[in-house]
Amino acid sequence: MCSTCGCSQPGGVTITRAGESLSGFTPLNEIKLSPLVQHHHPGDAHTSRVIELEQDILSQNNQQASHNRDHFRQQHIVAFNLVSSPGSGKTSLLERTLIDLQSQYKFYVIEGDQQTMNDANRIARTGVEAVQVNTGKGCHLDAAMIHRALHELNPQDDAILFIENVGNLVCPALFDLGEHSRIAIISVTEGDDKPLKYPDMFASSQLCIINKIDLLPYVNFNVERAKEYARRVNPQLEFIDLSATTGQGMDSWYQWLQRQMATREPELVH
Amino acid sequence: MHELSIVLSIVDLAEEQVRKNNAQRVENIELDIGSMAGVEWDALDFAWTAGVKNSVLENAQRQVNRITARARCLQCQHEFEITQPFEPCPACHDYLVEYIQGKELRVKSLTVS
Ligand SMILES: Nc1nc2c(ncn2[C@@H]2O[C@H](COP(=O)(O)OP(=O)(O)OP(=O)(O)O)[C@@H](O)[C@H]2O)c(=O)[nH]1
Ligand SMILES: [Mg+2]
Ligand SMILES: [Zn+2]
Ligand SMILES: [Zn+2]
Ligand SMILES: [Zn+2]
Ligand SMILES: [Zn+2]
Repeated sequence: MCSTCGCSQPGGVTITRAGESLSGFTPLNEIKLSPLVQHHHPGDAHTSRVIELEQDILSQNNQQASHNRDHFRQQHIVAFNLVSSPGSGKTSLLERTLIDLQSQYKFYVIEGDQQTMNDANRIARTGVEAVQVNTGKGCHLDAAMIHRALHELNPQDDAILFIENVGNLVCPALFDLGEHSRIAIISVTEGDDKPLKYPDMFASSQLCIINKIDLLPYVNFNVERAKEYARRVNPQLEFIDLSATTGQGMDSWYQWLQRQMATREPELVH
Repeated sequence: MHELSIVLSIVDLAEEQVRKNNAQRVENIELDIGSMAGVEWDALDFAWTAGVKNSVLENAQRQVNRITARARCLQCQHEFEITQPFEPCPACHDYLVEYIQGKELRVKSLTVS
C-alpha cells in the first residue's frame, strides 16, 4: 500500500492512537524491496526489451492521494495539510483551534513525526481523537500513510481533518495527501526569506500563516517582506498573521476555516 | 532526504515492468529529471546506491537526462531559462511566470532482460 515512501523500510513507519503505548506499534508495511522471484525462460535468456514507459515517478502517491480524496468526498470530510519547519507552532495552533471550535465542528487529527507520541497526546488532551504516524527516518507523510491512519481513525461524516506533517520545508511539498488545502506556517523567529529558500512549499500552499507575532518586537522579521517574497513564488497565496500563544489574530483564521467549509465542492453539501 | 523516496518509487515502477514482461532484471534505465524538480544530484546518487540494493535495478545502468528549466512570462510572453523558482522575467521584471519545462520527474524508458 505504501509504495512511494522511503520511510517504509524495515523498522520504519508506525501508526498509533493517542493514549496507546509505544509498545503497541504495528509496522505500517513489511514488504519493501522484495527480491524478484527468479524464473527462467530457457528460450529467451538473452533477449532484452526496451519499454518506453514515460511514467511520472510520483504517480503511485498521486493515485493513492486521489483515492484518499474519494474517501473525503464520500464522507464530506474537509482535510487540511499543515506544513512548516520544525517548531513553527503547528501543534500549538491546533490545540487552541480545537479548544475554541470543538462545539461547532467534529475534528480529527493525524500527527506526523519521525519519533514520539508527544504531539498526538497533546491533541488528545483537548478531547479530539488523534493518531500518531511515526515515520522513523522518513521526513514527510505520504498518501498511503494517511490512508492507513484514516482507517485507524474511522472518522464520522462531515468532519474536519487536520494533518500535521513532519516538520520539514522540503519534501512534504512533493507528496499530495489528498487534502482539500495545504497550509504553510512560518514563525517570526525564522528568517523572512524562508519563501525564497523553500519555494516549493509556498508554491503548493493556499494559505500561509505567520505565527508567533507576539514576538515581533524582539526579532528582526519583516512581515511585509516575507509576504512579498511568498507572493513572488505564489501570487494567489492568502496570509493570516497570528499568535497561537496569545490568541491574537485567531479570529481571521477561524473565519478562513469557516469560508473553506462554506465553499466546499457542491457534491460535499447535503 | 526525499531522494530515497524517489529511488524507492523508481524501484517499484521497475519491478512492476519486470513482472509484466516476464523478465528478471533491468539492464538500463533512463530518467528525465528537470532542474526544478527539487532533486539534488548528489543526494540522488547516494540514495540510489542504498535504494536499489536487492532489487531488479541493482546492476542497472542509469542514464539521467537533466532537463533545463524554461519559463514564459505571463505579462510579456518572453521565454527564458530559469534557475531559481522566484526569478523575475529578465525582459519586464514581472514575477508572474509559468514553467514550460523543468519540473519533470519520470522514468522515460527501461531495458529489461
Ligand atoms: N511566543 C510564541 N511561542 C509559540 C507560539 N506558537 C508556538 N510557540 C512555541 O513554539 C514551540 C514549538 O511549538 P509547537 O506547537 O510544538 O511547534 P510544531 O510546529 O508543532 O513543532 P514540531 O511538531 O516539532 O515540528 C513551543 O515552545 C511553543 O510554545 C506563538 O504564537 N508565540
Ligand atoms: Mg508539532
Ligand atoms: Zn511510508
Ligand atoms: Zn521526505
Ligand atoms: Zn481506501
Ligand atoms: Zn516579462
